[in-house]
Amino acid sequence: MIDIGLGHYLTLGAVIFSIGVIGIFLNRKNIIVILMSIELILLAVNINLVAFSIYLGDLAGQVFTLFILTVAAAEAAIGLAIIVVYFRNSGTIRVEEIDKLKG
Amino acid sequence: MIAHAIFFYTFSIIAVVSAIMVTASKNTVHSVFFLILDFISISCLFIMIGAEFLGMIMLIVYVGAVAVLFLFVVMMLNVAQQKNQWFAGQQSSKHIPVGLIISTLIFVEVIIVIGGWKYKPEIFDINNSISQVSISNTHSLGQILYTDYIHVFQISGMILLVAMVGAIVLTFRQRSGVKRQSYIKQISRERAEGVEVLEVQSNKGVKLDD
Repeated sequence: MIDIGLGHYLTLGAVIFSIGVIGIFLNRKNIIVILMSIELILLAVNINLVAFSIYLGDLAGQVFTLFILTVAAAEAAIGLAIIVVYFRNSGTIRVEEIDKLKG
Repeated sequence: MIAHAIFFYTFSIIAVVSAIMVTASKNTVHSVFFLILDFISISCLFIMIGAEFLGMIMLIVYVGAVAVLFLFVVMMLNVAQQKNQWFAGQQSSKHIPVGLIISTLIFVEVIIVIGGWKYKPEIFDINNSISQVSISNTHSLGQILYTDYIHVFQISGMILLVAMVGAIVLTFRQRSGVKRQSYIKQISRERAEGVEVLEVQSNKGVKLDD
């Protein structure tokens, strides 16, 4: 319990990942919160990669984390741009009212 | 070691609680603030276990850019105060048990995988970790990032470029009725269309049209 090892970081990553997935499913407010949940999931993946990289002494995990950070930033920019355009066109970004595809 | 444990539990509890608050808080602006708190505590964890460069980059990229972008969009779209509850309305409440079951299953699966994980003892050697090397984390990361991973690095630059162009193309619109300065019009103006020489007769004056 006191001796912090790799398992602690992996558990933290698993907890944050699950919270992100719960956030995607349970969210009823607007799409922006879903995008934030996706950011949480990417953060959990980053925690796992960095923890493995540190505890195995291999820097490849940290390089991958850097690239995941890049992709996350690009994804946030594109996603928010799509949300802005959708809000401009339809006037709402509430999850329940975005049902044009009737899925 | 005890300090490591104290810091780990402090930051991870803050991270988990703020991650819960991101999904559970009613106000979207509060969600963004909890997201910022989450990123900050996770980057403190990164700095603590020896990935200083990534911790700092996470502070800059996530807190400085991504979270501020979220905040900007939330405030621009004016969706911060939505009067509905964070649980579902009537017609969509059937998603909730499915979502809870799926996320619990994912969590249990990951925990099972982590719990049954064992290293071979020659691989897992804490004395062999990166922090024992004499050069710093940033230095060693730079040494492999620009040599072994140079192509991936350039591809990630292309991804950022495409994202930037895509965001601009998506949100750009030409508004009508806005008076703008047009350099090409100004430069290409000829004397013939700008100046007109008239014979002004006395007591008649000149009719100006615009």
